[in-house]
Amino acid sequence: MSNELVAPDKFFLNRFGMNNGALERILGAALERKADYADLYFEYRSAEGLGLEESMVNHTSKSVSQGVGVRVCAEDRTGYAYSDEVTIDRMRLAAEAARAIADQRGTTAAAVQVGAPVARHALYDLDSTPLQVPVQERARLLSEIDRVVRASDPRVKNVMASFACEQKIVMIVNSDGQIAADVQPLCRLNVTVIADDGKGRQVGSYGGGGRVEWNYFIENDRWREYALEAARQAIVNLDAVDAPAGEMIVVLGPGWPGILLHEAIGHGLEGDFNRKGVSAFANRIGQKVASELCTVIDDGTIPNRRGSLNVDDEGTPTSRTVLIEKGILRGYLQDRMNARLMKMAPTGNGRRESFAHSPMPRMTNTFMLNGESTPEEIMKSVKNGLYAVSFGGGQVDITNGKFVFSASEAYLIEDGRVTRPVKGATLIGNGPDVLTRVSMVGNNLALDSGVGNCGKDGQTVPVGVGLPTIRIDGITVGGTRA
Amino acid sequence: MAAVDIELANWALDEARRKGASAAEVLCVSAESLSAGVRMGEVEKLKSSRERRLGLRVFCGQSSATSSTAELERDSLADFIANTVELARLSAADPWAGLPDPSMHPKSLPELSLADPDSGIVGADRALEIARSAENAALKFDPRMKNSEGAEFSSGRGQILFANSQGFSGEYSGTSYTLVVQPIAQDGDTMQQGFWYTSNRRLSKLEDAESVGITAAKRAIRRLGARKIKTMRAPIVFDPDMAAGLIRSIAGAASGTSLYKGASFLVGQLGNPIAAPGVTIVDDALIPGGLGSKPFDGEGLPTSRRKVVDKGVLASYLLDCYSARKLGLAPTGNAGRSVGEAPGVSTTNLYLEPGSYTPAQIIGSVRQGLYLTETIGFGVNLVTGDYSRGAGGIWIENGELAYPVNEITIAGNLKEMIAAVEMIGNDLNWRSSTVAPTIKIAEMTIAGA
Repeated sequence: MSNELVAPDKFFLNRFGMNNGALERILGAALERKADYADLYFEYRSAEGLGLEESMVNHTSKSVSQGVGVRVCAEDRTGYAYSDEVTIDRMRLAAEAARAIADQRGTTAAAVQVGAPVARHALYDLDSTPLQVPVQERARLLSEIDRVVRASDPRVKNVMASFACEQKIVMIVNSDGQIAADVQPLCRLNVTVIADDGKGRQVGSYGGGGRVEWNYFIENDRWREYALEAARQAIVNLDAVDAPAGEMIVVLGPGWPGILLHEAIGHGLEGDFNRKGVSAFANRIGQKVASELCTVIDDGTIPNRRGSLNVDDEGTPTSRTVLIEKGILRGYLQDRMNARLMKMAPTGNGRRESFAHSPMPRMTNTFMLNGESTPEEIMKSVKNGLYAVSFGGGQVDITNGKFVFSASEAYLIEDGRVTRPVKGATLIGNGPDVLTRVSMVGNNLALDSGVGNCGKDGQTVPVGVGLPTIRIDGITVGGTRA
Repeated sequence: MAAVDIELANWALDEARRKGASAAEVLCVSAESLSAGVRMGEVEKLKSSRERRLGLRVFCGQSSATSSTAELERDSLADFIANTVELARLSAADPWAGLPDPSMHPKSLPELSLADPDSGIVGADRALEIARSAENAALKFDPRMKNSEGAEFSSGRGQILFANSQGFSGEYSGTSYTLVVQPIAQDGDTMQQGFWYTSNRRLSKLEDAESVGITAAKRAIRRLGARKIKTMRAPIVFDPDMAAGLIRSIAGAASGTSLYKGASFLVGQLGNPIAAPGVTIVDDALIPGGLGSKPFDGEGLPTSRRKVVDKGVLASYLLDCYSARKLGLAPTGNAGRSVGEAPGVSTTNLYLEPGSYTPAQIIGSVRQGLYLTETIGFGVNLVTGDYSRGAGGIWIENGELAYPVNEITIAGNLKEMIAAVEMIGNDLNWRSSTVAPTIKIAEMTIAGA
């Protein structure tokens, strides 16, 4: 590990020729018109991507970005300015732009004293990152994936594989004098397969990753599992019949179908929407919003997960937050500003896409705890329904609570048995209502394989989800077979 | 701090060749913006930004790499260029890769009026005033307008400079102004958001702030009291924004990148009828002041006006150089580019040519069906054409808008949907770079209760 990884705060101070005195003066400038809070977010990100198509690793890319964001908060107002030129002059100009919002409304005067770095978790202190693995070795793995997939079935017509890895070094300094810094590795291996049987064409995708070393993909032949899973999905769908339309019993498989929780519950529990009273969950803490079989957690502290962080993007250590406990709504996801305004504690969920964005409450890894049923019992209990095991994206309207998520692999359940595969279909439900219909929860909680991205207000951040097998008694399935 | 100019671009191209590249491209982007938001009449946020980045694509024979950086001092840039060339050497030689045929670069560039001659970045006070007036109009429109996600006004100015090692260089700059309003209507326990916006390259051409606010309020209120309907098959009238989403999907399936991978339901359909005879879809990069207009594409090729679908027949694919070579066709000037990415296909100003019906005539033709005003989720599969999305809108009974519906889905297949376009409206309005008038699709599956 190079020195810059050992002390990320020193990395910025050295790189941009700054010291605590300079940081204090810029924060002082930010607070000049009296605010409640100000912070500086420094980011240096390096990323590399490799892509294979038609059996060639013909896409290679590399990027370096750096910048600083200055934020000033006064009551519920936020001023934000950023620049990719990290100089004292630019930061001072940014501080002047950001403080225009404050307007003498805050409580904090201009004197700031920067202290020692705050404690953080150690969830992904890697010996090396995939960025340090020779490009040739990464390229060889993509070629091997291509070979394995093509050899697996003659109906495979095209294979696309990609490997993306990045490392972010961040430092947050705030007007409470706290300084936090982190090195955040992240990588992802993806495989997409197109299959054609002469009658039709289908696509399958799978992948995974996290804040992990290169060996993660090699051990237990994970790369092979991703490759064959993508091929299997494409081939299964060649035989898919039209999906049913209408309300029916749906069984969700373990893992990635946890996207249900992310859309139906998670966004609606983000602090900003609840402070403003614009979420369908506003003012409902303590109320029953799910069946008592449901306990839902957001946990940013699971080692090496895609959605985990040592500290959030405001420097608060991440935590494990109980959102729903045995059906009762317990908590919201908070960043500093919304926590302060709602007189709650920050939960370490203040996140941002990059230095070009102001932070807001976001999820980390969101999942449901195990119940007591076996997956077999759940399946046997359904006479007619849909079994959905893999999903594309989802979306929610947090104000009216309606959410969707789109199945990319699903089957009919007939007399307690999984029968024919059906074409992809969107499922639509109502967030505050859907978990009240959960009648069985399996004992097989799985987290997703590490591919999730979440978009909110134009900002994308990596997240995770998880779910045991569950049975939902009635959700609308958007097939074509009316 | 180094300026982004043609001198730096040429130096970077020379440096790439000194490091061993056989060909190279440089794309420099610099941008500034200011956005200001109010919520419930109070100032909520101000955001100011400055960015400039340099993107490279270098070739070593048929092997290539792309890269981008914000570190523009020549010392660090020289190292960065060396690393990029090294990365290119490690990638596979791809027989279809390469710069365009040099004879295809334009000798002169069209003037497209992309920058507002009268206004630059709008200052915070004025921006807040515009946002406040829009939100205020929404909130006072009706007593049920009780909450708000706010209103935001933003203005931006950007410059793009592109140069390659075979002598092409070009630059252009543009401005953009956008006002977005998101008020919330509340009735008892239920809340519905309204959303409306206006966007233009000229400040003076924006829709009036109050009228944007009032439209947003009306859109929120008409959703109140929405119910679920029974599962059935019925005609669907797509409002202009929803119809625009549909033609965006058609353009995605007509993009060379999807086609050469076999990842499109339009593979092998060039020259065939794919849509109802009234359907003509045009991509026009040359509309003066157009939000999607550009004088040259992401590889330095001339842009044009082109029919993608002409009277129902798939008339042209949308191609960059790479996909054109793969498909044995000529590029269409549709290379899109963002700094640090390899070129990919993008549309410019994409629209469905208007028909002769008024929206009222279209709605009036439906005995029982859905007037679609919103979709949610991503349930469009361009490989198969399968379409299944969450939906909301207003139920049509005997040709009249009767009551709002939500928590339903609409499903079909894009191939069948575009063949079943029965009526096309006369209400084309350039609010975005992809636009369409109201359209009616004969029948789709609606899933509800």
